[in-house]
Amino acid sequence: MAETKGSGLDKNNKYDRQLRLWGDHGQSALEAARVCLINATATGTEILKNVILPGIGSFTIVDGHKVRGEDVGNNFFLLADSIGKSRAQVATELLGELNDDVTGNFVEESVETLLESNPDYFSTFSVVVAINLHEKALLQLGGVLWEKNIPLLVCRCYGFIGYLRLAVREHTIVESHPDSALEDLRLDRPFPGLQTFCDSLNMETMTKKEHGHTPWLVLLYKYVQEWKKTHDGQIPKNYKEKNMLKEMIRKGIRQNEEGVPELEENFDEAVTHVNSALVTTRIPSEVQALFDDPCCTNINSESKTFWILCRALHDFVHNEGNGDLPLRGTIPDMTSDSERYIQLQNVYREQAATDMTAIRNRVHALLQSLGRDEPVFVDPKVSHSSPCGAVSDNEIKTFCRNAAFLRLVRCRSLAEEYGTNTVNKDELNMHLESEEGDDLLFYILLRGVDRFYDEYNRYPGRDNSDVEPDIPKLKTCLTKLLHDWGLSGTVKEDYIHEMCRYGASEVHSIASYMGGVVAQEVIKILTTQFVPINNTYVYNGFLQTSTTVQL
Amino acid sequence: MSGDMDWSGRWNHIKRLLERTGPFAHPDFEPSSEILGFMQDSCKILVIGAGGLGCELLKDLALMGFRDIHVIDMDTIDVSNLNRQFLFRPKDVGSPKADVAATFVNARVPGCKVTAHYAKIQDYDEPFYSGFHILVCGLDSIVARRWINGMLIGLLRYEDGQLDQSSIIPLVDGGTEGFKGNARVVLPGMTACVECTLDLYPPQINFPLCTIAHTPRLPEHCIEYVRILLWPKEEPFGAGVGIDGDDPKHINWILQKSQDRAEEYNIIGITYRLTQGVVKRIIPAVASTNAVIAAACATEVFKLASSCCQPLNNYMNFNDTEGVYTYTFEAQKREDCLLCSNAPQTLTFTESDKLQDVITFLIESNTYQMKSPGITTSAHGKNKTLYMQTVKSIEERTRENLKKTLKELGLRSGQELYVADVTTPSAVTFTLNLASHMEMGADSENTVAN
Ligand SMILES: [Zn+2]
Repeated sequence: MAETKGSGLDKNNKYDRQLRLWGDHGQSALEAARVCLINATATGTEILKNVILPGIGSFTIVDGHKVRGEDVGNNFFLLADSIGKSRAQVATELLGELNDDVTGNFVEESVETLLESNPDYFSTFSVVVAINLHEKALLQLGGVLWEKNIPLLVCRCYGFIGYLRLAVREHTIVESHPDSALEDLRLDRPFPGLQTFCDSLNMETMTKKEHGHTPWLVLLYKYVQEWKKTHDGQIPKNYKEKNMLKEMIRKGIRQNEEGVPELEENFDEAVTHVNSALVTTRIPSEVQALFDDPCCTNINSESKTFWILCRALHDFVHNEGNGDLPLRGTIPDMTSDSERYIQLQNVYREQAATDMTAIRNRVHALLQSLGRDEPVFVDPKVSHSSPCGAVSDNEIKTFCRNAAFLRLVRCRSLAEEYGTNTVNKDELNMHLESEEGDDLLFYILLRGVDRFYDEYNRYPGRDNSDVEPDIPKLKTCLTKLLHDWGLSGTVKEDYIHEMCRYGASEVHSIASYMGGVVAQEVIKILTTQFVPINNTYVYNGFLQTSTTVQL
Repeated sequence: MSGDMDWSGRWNHIKRLLERTGPFAHPDFEPSSEILGFMQDSCKILVIGAGGLGCELLKDLALMGFRDIHVIDMDTIDVSNLNRQFLFRPKDVGSPKADVAATFVNARVPGCKVTAHYAKIQDYDEPFYSGFHILVCGLDSIVARRWINGMLIGLLRYEDGQLDQSSIIPLVDGGTEGFKGNARVVLPGMTACVECTLDLYPPQINFPLCTIAHTPRLPEHCIEYVRILLWPKEEPFGAGVGIDGDDPKHINWILQKSQDRAEEYNIIGITYRLTQGVVKRIIPAVASTNAVIAAACATEVFKLASSCCQPLNNYMNFNDTEGVYTYTFEAQKREDCLLCSNAPQTLTFTESDKLQDVITFLIESNTYQMKSPGITTSAHGKNKTLYMQTVKSIEERTRENLKKTLKELGLRSGQELYVADVTTPSAVTFTLNLASHMEMGADSENTVAN
């Protein structure tokens, strides 16, 4: 990572602000990626800009268009004197200036021609981004990429509206980076190490200083044990019981000679954490769904590493784990003296390491049984980064630490979305009937203007004088479209009028907004960190709202 | 004038929105080809900040038809800016951001005239700010945001209690952190201002000094120990030399000492990156979030300048960690807002409360969140400084007052207190309400914590 190339700048410095989000391994994944953009419109170049700056490996622009005056008007990566030249070439040159570490290529051909002459062309890319494709070419491209399991992002900006569709067969995420996650503390089912440590501490015999610096985690453990004695071994379940436990804890605060309670912050913290820390440890529904997935139950020699790890995790839960996931092995900061905090932290770390070793052994055994890569014996005490067969210890460690946050995204294909028999009628109908009128109506309208284009060979509202007369025409197109879907509703007149007003304009600020959104989804796909959309996102720039639905 | 630089089709895209009306246009909107002319020739926009958001904003505004754009920024370009501040190249490192950004946009977008101000926002006063039609903020500092907000509210004119609409300069404000961001529109005096919604900003978390000094548990505690306590004591690079977070020699020294301390307490996890992050209080940042938030702000400037659409009412939150999520809502204007309510402010204390209690209240109260308030009053037609922290000699002279009760200071009920703070451009007037102990019940508005 620290080596310099291209720009001659230290990448640790140059990429510092983003390395703090996706780490060195996320960065390496980006740097190995090949991104393809079809059509260098304003939206297209803005997307590329936002993935070139963080340092993808290379990009390729496929675009058969010549630069027109209106292209230069809304696109920062075209010049007035480039009118008439290849849009792919000019955009590639100007985008290339953004980052010396990134290689830029272009193909001056339309996607239709390329699909005709060399359909395999797209199979070398990590991800493909397509802008403003007509239905036929879109479905053809979608089919080719679906076959090869290459993620496709379809994007379009139309007046104040932005649209994004992700089509990927299967995308698995280990590091989903949830914004708010409960700590994994196991106070309801303490593991032996935690029991031994907490039981070794005697609150009665402590000095005043020790008493006030005993971590709240230990306090909570002790009071829960106390509680269990009189409650059939159950932890406090409801609001009332938790309040009773809080009262017990408060009574434990030491008093001075005059009978006034001392200021013991650790006891206050214990009371505060009763609700958030005293939870039932369980398998999250997303992880349970992974366990039940055929890819997990039927692993074979072709299985992705993710599924082998999932299977090992599943088997661990039902054996060594006694129903629980491997311990995460981290605790939050809390009032404590350094010594006992570190001891407590080590108690959690050691259990997490034990769980990780068990899973590592299961991964070993699974790989061996599948005939994949001879396992290499590595003493985990000596090295944590040596390979275990085809899966490195680091990978297993990251997997264990994130076991509760594993995520899976499977999109419907474009063919399913567009197929008359497979269209998601129920979802569309729900939005059609909503009183308020919502952002997804613009999805229906985008499909409507495509229908209009097929019929009139132009979009509605191309010239100022077209706007009014095009409203009933677009309405007719929409009626046909809804009829094809077997829906009887209508799109509100206001929305049809607004769509005709837009006249297929690509407004720079809307393109730039979508440029940020789509780039971020590309980064999620490439790093396999964070969770991408599933599967359609509509942005409404006039209200500054947006919606995500599965179509 | 407009048209000189234009080639055929240049403004086709935005013209469709400006020359046609629609059901979501502002009620006052009259579509015409003259609106673009107004945006190009008359409309003056100030962009505050030429960083991640500022670079994007300048590009967006220039391509949306604006020409008379000013940008103000006090920073110079650092290598770590290059992953998102796309108007800067490696050769620009060390140059003023405002200058380089303006030069780039002017060269790329014919006819656009960006004027650069390599300066602090506090270097300019009312005549400067009142010359703009719209202000757009792309700042990473809450204090600076509050200062600009205070400036625009100070420019409001009231006649017989009625707000003069022509004195309103809209503020469009954006902010980002990692994958999160927000964009908002403030119509000063009309809709919720920055001060009205202070509770939307989370308070900055500092580690308690006793933890840092005596019971470190996290690697961060060790780094803070070296930064706060060890550096001033050892002065490793000479007397009076402060920490330069961009100097690898400084960071390496802190790293080494932090590791020593961590080892002493068996704490693990100290790295160069973490050390620099803690020392510089680094906020993660990516190109994509900046693009999204700046674009949303530029769309709002376009709406405000042209009326082609109703502006955002009035706050949008954005987060794309999991999927892409936006939440748009109307932040409420506070009827008792310190700045924008145009209503007198009252501070209620007892005669036996000390001046320190007043200061502490102004800092700790969620409503005011001041940083280092100074208090002046007027007695017998003369101004009298009760306490001021920002000027050393005055601080020394007035320090004793902190321990005095309000009674001892001779303050009476109804007396006016003028409070100055870095969060506002000019002092705010409070009326003191001195209650006796009996009147200060448990439900009193401002309970002072000791
Ligand atoms: Zn206000």
